[in-house]
Amino acid sequence: MTTTTTQSVAPNLRLDGITLTYPDGDGTLTALDRVDLDVPAGTITAVVGPSGSGKSSLLAVAATLVTPDSGSVVLAGTEVNGLSAADRSRLRRERVGIVFQQPSLLPSLTALEQLQVMAHLDGRGPRGARSQAAELLDAVGLAAQAGRRPHQLSGGQRQRINIARALMNEPAVLLVDEPTSALDHERGAAVLDLIARLTRERGTATVLVTHDRTHLAEADEVLTMTDGRLGACASAV
Amino acid sequence: MFVAWRDLRFAKGRFALMGTVVVLITLLVGLLSGLTAGLARENVSAISSLPADRIAFAAPADGRSVSFTDSAVPEKAWNTWAEQPGVTAADPVGIRTLNAAAGERTAAASAFGVDPGSGIAPAGLAPGRIVLSEQAADELGAAEGDTVRLGGLDLRVAAVAGDASYSHTPVVWTTLDEWQRIGHSGTDIGTGGTDSEEQATVIALRLDGDDVDTAAGDRAAGTATRTPDEALSAIGSYQAENGSLQLMRGFLFVISALVVGAFFTVWTIQRSPDIAVLKALGAGTPYLLKDALGQAVVLLAAGTGLGTLIAAGVGGLIGGGDVPFVLDLATVLVPAGVLIALGAVGAALAVRRVTAVDPLTALGSAR
Repeated sequence: MTTTTTQSVAPNLRLDGITLTYPDGDGTLTALDRVDLDVPAGTITAVVGPSGSGKSSLLAVAATLVTPDSGSVVLAGTEVNGLSAADRSRLRRERVGIVFQQPSLLPSLTALEQLQVMAHLDGRGPRGARSQAAELLDAVGLAAQAGRRPHQLSGGQRQRINIARALMNEPAVLLVDEPTSALDHERGAAVLDLIARLTRERGTATVLVTHDRTHLAEADEVLTMTDGRLGACASAV
Repeated sequence: MFVAWRDLRFAKGRFALMGTVVVLITLLVGLLSGLTAGLARENVSAISSLPADRIAFAAPADGRSVSFTDSAVPEKAWNTWAEQPGVTAADPVGIRTLNAAAGERTAAASAFGVDPGSGIAPAGLAPGRIVLSEQAADELGAAEGDTVRLGGLDLRVAAVAGDASYSHTPVVWTTLDEWQRIGHSGTDIGTGGTDSEEQATVIALRLDGDDVDTAAGDRAAGTATRTPDEALSAIGSYQAENGSLQLMRGFLFVISALVVGAFFTVWTIQRSPDIAVLKALGAGTPYLLKDALGQAVVLLAAGTGLGTLIAAGVGGLIGGGDVPFVLDLATVLVPAGVLIALGAVGAALAVRRVTAVDPLTALGSAR
């Protein structure tokens, strides 16, 4: 007897039928309308759309920061619905990396410490964390700036630290929110190249939210968000 | 406290400013505590150091409290007390404030009249002989063997011993008989005196246990007994003075908690964007609260510790002079502990705002 095994690799991030509404005066505003999204490991899914279309709401749901009205969010094999706030924090800490639109670095920490704090949140010891943080800083080309604080760094350098911080806990899912909005074209391109490289190297499922269509060459899939609905836009270049 | 320690180092100016406020408040509370205890000692040490389990006052009129000033007990009362079951000693004590003179020098003093053979009499006390407290001897410039004029009587100094003080005047120990004769002489200057018909102010009782029926003794003797601690409030000046100083101290504790709370409220509001980022990155609320509260406790402990050291140093310098100042655990460490505890409460109320910070703001929730 011959047995055939069909191996299907589950995506690192799966959103299924997500609907999210906000109170809006006497009525409600639908931020996400029955959104489905699968992002496999090692790929980048770009979501483009105008301001207010629901891109950030999508990231907020994927980051477990907001509980949708309906639908399912599965992160690295874990169903988010029904988890307590503490469990969602833990899941976010261990399995999700977030690259904020503004670098949002903590002013009192050096570049190295911006990464080390992630390990501290995760309860890991300082020694291993230090070498891992140094390695990541090196990977984003900032080894020489390890001892500098945010006010001593350029916008591009801060954003690269933002990216390195998001990768510190080796996340399964990387959520990237408009990473080039505060950068010029050249620096923006460099940042996106970096995100693409790290996504491939580290096998993260990356969701890249942007309104800038000039940086989509690295995306494996490009989707368009319009009025809370997610639709196919075009294949990656 | 990964972030908290680094915040403390990074925002040195702000924390130094707040730390200085904590140091100054601690210094003020420490000095006030030492002064309060010093003044209290000058007010009550003669009473609090009496070897007595209870003090019996003349029963006050209805609605009034016992008071050393108003109390006057006849001989019959202490004889009645001496016969009560469980009472091992009932010693009359006469208290009168008057002028004492030695040579050209005069000073206000409190004459404490006791039976020379009683357990509360200082060594050396005998008819015609008195015992001066050290402060009385100092103010009168008198020493053993000198003659002191006390209420019209010339009495020889048998000894100089102890630092007993009553109502801010040094104590002069006399026999009860001579104390009663002083009363007849009419030189009483009016505080704490009894008239000439009375034979003592209060009765110092020694009991052989806590279960002695003092109420029965009070009924039989026409007295009202108090513990030595309770009896202190029967010194009018002590009650008013100590009450005012303790009120000031209490206000300083409250002010300290409010100032610390206000600082950490502003600090937490300023840090809200950072807290939102940390929450978005997965920091749990307990982690953030521990971080913030730990930071407050470090600031409070450092500020209070330094303030306490300065207060102890200043207290040590002035305590040996004329300023009544007590430097001990109760006046140094207890206020420091209370300041830290109340400051931590104020900070805890402030940093609970951490729980209200929405991590979504890190993503730009307005969009």
